[in-house]
Amino acid sequence: MIEALAQYTFLQNAFAAALLGAVAAGVVGTLVSVNRMSSLAGSVAHASFGGLGLAYAASFPHLLGALLFSLVSALGIGVISLRYRERADTAIAAFWAIGMAAGLVLIKLSGGYAVDLMSYLFGSIMAVPGRDLLLMALLDVAVLLFVTGFFRELVAISYDSEFSRVQGIHVGLLFMLFLCVVALTVVMLIRVVGLIMVIAMLTIPPAIARMFVGRMGRMMAASAVIAAVLSVGGLVLAWYTGLQGGPMIILLSGAIYLTAFLVRGESS
Amino acid sequence: MSANVVELENVTHSFSSGHPVLRNVSLEVEHKDFLAVIGPNGGGKTTLLKIVLGLLKPDSGRVRVFGRPPAKARRRMGYVPQDTTFKRDFPIRALDAVLMGRLQGIRPFAGYSRGDREAALERMSMLGIEDLAEKKVGNLSGGQRQRVFIARALATDPDLLLLDEPAGSVDPSNQESFYHLLGELNDRITIVMVTHDIGAVSSYVKTVACLNVGLASHGEGLDHESMAEAYGCPIELLAHGVPHRLLGEKRDLEGGND
Repeated sequence: MIEALAQYTFLQNAFAAALLGAVAAGVVGTLVSVNRMSSLAGSVAHASFGGLGLAYAASFPHLLGALLFSLVSALGIGVISLRYRERADTAIAAFWAIGMAAGLVLIKLSGGYAVDLMSYLFGSIMAVPGRDLLLMALLDVAVLLFVTGFFRELVAISYDSEFSRVQGIHVGLLFMLFLCVVALTVVMLIRVVGLIMVIAMLTIPPAIARMFVGRMGRMMAASAVIAAVLSVGGLVLAWYTGLQGGPMIILLSGAIYLTAFLVRGESS
Repeated sequence: MSANVVELENVTHSFSSGHPVLRNVSLEVEHKDFLAVIGPNGGGKTTLLKIVLGLLKPDSGRVRVFGRPPAKARRRMGYVPQDTTFKRDFPIRALDAVLMGRLQGIRPFAGYSRGDREAALERMSMLGIEDLAEKKVGNLSGGQRQRVFIARALATDPDLLLLDEPAGSVDPSNQESFYHLLGELNDRITIVMVTHDIGAVSSYVKTVACLNVGLASHGEGLDHESMAEAYGCPIELLAHGVPHRLLGEKRDLEGGND
């Protein structure tokens, strides 16, 4: 494998994408997980398929379409859950399904079955172009700036939003900004594991990290490292088995989570 | 301008379903008062606190805290929410929870200062929980957690402390020391405490208010029993002349009490 890695750009890109994705997945996934927002993340990921369909139909860059729809769905769910908390669940389910439906219809209307769009469903980590790596690196920088810049406030609103409001923190604004970061992260991870499996990439590493650390900052760091190890491990497995990269990353993650859970339990 | 810390005038609030929670509630809390608001569950006690904190806006009526609208008086308020609202599995140490009391608005890239840490630890040692600083909040006992949240409220250096059902998670053997502590704080700070637990009204409490919605049917001829029924007010308190106020539907109560 080492010779192959030295030889093939696509393989180098795959490893780079896996590592770049792991940073955002670990950091943002920690916040998603402590806020119990994994279904929101899943919804945003699936809604982005509508954007992929639109971009395909109207011939503009696919990732731009995905980003557009993931942002709209994240903010839409955000507004609804801030205004009518009891409707959040409905909004999550609706954006999830409508995004998928819109994507499928748009693809059909634009003339058939788009094989390359299927790669967005299941990931195409073995075919990440170089310019996407640059984009992923920029997104990582943005995510890290956001999280370090607002770290105290993000912990506070996640833990106790009412107390945070009494402390003069504009909870709604910060929450919406955070949702934008979730949307960016989701689109970035679509490249790695596909939009169907993004939810696992965001939740499994923090779930493992949580068993070993009891502080948010450490949980973020640990999640990022775990996500990196799982992604690289999954890629190596995929290489030797000849199976797909994204699914191997997720299967390995699931197996490690289960093992950790059995060994360690839910305590921390 | 009056010296009252809290002033509510004819405050009415309904849930989004239209179900009323507070109806025409008027209340004044004086400087250094220790007010216990008692009444049954669903009587609007938590809503009342949240209106004072500015977390909820009343449908009608006027609210002033330190003579200003609640949102502008937040710096002077320390809030201890109900324990049941906390996420047990949240990855946060007791010290970091207390440090939240040092936040003042969003300040990007600002960490907690050494002074913030000292203040947080000082409040924790005041409450006898400094040795729990490194412990995860979710692993603490109910009483310990309660002290963490009181330390957090005190870390804001409040002039008004608002507590929602503080005794709920304190085990009975520790309640006396808990109220003693509040009594000591009351030397400097005005305290409003909301509770459904009549036993919580200890000798440290200076005034009692009974709160319940749905008084309308008890308009006339208020005797102790009907008040007890309507407000959840304990008859013993009424009978023994504890300084006493009834909230809500004031016009129906004229001559009733206070």
